[in-house]
Amino acid sequence: MASPSISNSEANSNRPRDSKRKKRRKTGADAPTGPATNIDRSRWKTESEQQVYSSKLVDALRRRPAAASPESFPVPVRGRAVRETADQVLAVAAKGRTRWSRAILTSRLRLMNNLSRNHKKHRKVRFTGDIRSRKPAVRKTLPPLQRKVRVLGRLVPGCRKLSFPNLLEEATDYIAALEMQVRAMTALTGLLTGAAAPFDRLGSGLS
Amino acid sequence: MSSRRSRSRQQSGVSRISDDQIADLVSKLQQLIPEIRNRRSDKVSASKVLQETCNYIRNLHREVDDLSDRLAELLANTDSDSAQAAIIRSLL
Repeated sequence: MASPSISNSEANSNRPRDSKRKKRRKTGADAPTGPATNIDRSRWKTESEQQVYSSKLVDALRRRPAAASPESFPVPVRGRAVRETADQVLAVAAKGRTRWSRAILTSRLRLMNNLSRNHKKHRKVRFTGDIRSRKPAVRKTLPPLQRKVRVLGRLVPGCRKLSFPNLLEEATDYIAALEMQVRAMTALTGLLTGAAAPFDRLGSGLS
Repeated sequence: MSSRRSRSRQQSGVSRISDDQIADLVSKLQQLIPEIRNRRSDKVSASKVLQETCNYIRNLHREVDDLSDRLAELLANTDSDSAQAAIIRSLL
């Protein structure tokens, strides 16, 4: 119930930042459904993009009961919830210009509908739309190159039936975005670890 | 988008997309994969590039999963103390 509105509000708050993004964008093309070659991938490398992502991620994680409350959820579920949130925020950051980002956002909405109907919270296959939990069923009749293309299509969300050039485009953007996600989350973890440690020492010193 | 869909049937019709185009895209992909980029060899086969790409994405997924688990732990501990939360906000 709350989550669709979260993704909406994040999308809305991204729009005022669009004017800042346009200054950095080299291609200057702003076509949402235009050819994929116009997507500027270097923005995933900018420091500001990472900062924006980090702060949005922290906000989203605070709003999410599943990620924050240790009492009601066991550790693996919380980790999944964090992963989901991180992917969601990443997809929003992509501003809907890439197929994989749209696929992440729509799969989330579909999942919410399923949950409200079925009241199942631990359906591992669908929970995160995690491609890694599905083993690639390889048919030996395909040439090896085809097989690899297929595996790649499965790894990038929403790109299973994409033509080869488009798949490669999506994959390159997805990789850049994932790298930023890793950098941001690593920095965040470091921050939290650094913030937690001094307080622990204080606590033990006082007692 | 509909034109893309009609082309995205079985890849047996590779002749629709020129080999040059494929080679070009593969080389672009090649630049992204640190494994291949660091080796500085121009003669990496498309198959190898694809393989390394898949491996790389899987590695990134795994890293994100690990980071998510760690973040989940840290956030659970942090939330109990609002002073820490304020510090984090100011640092970000």
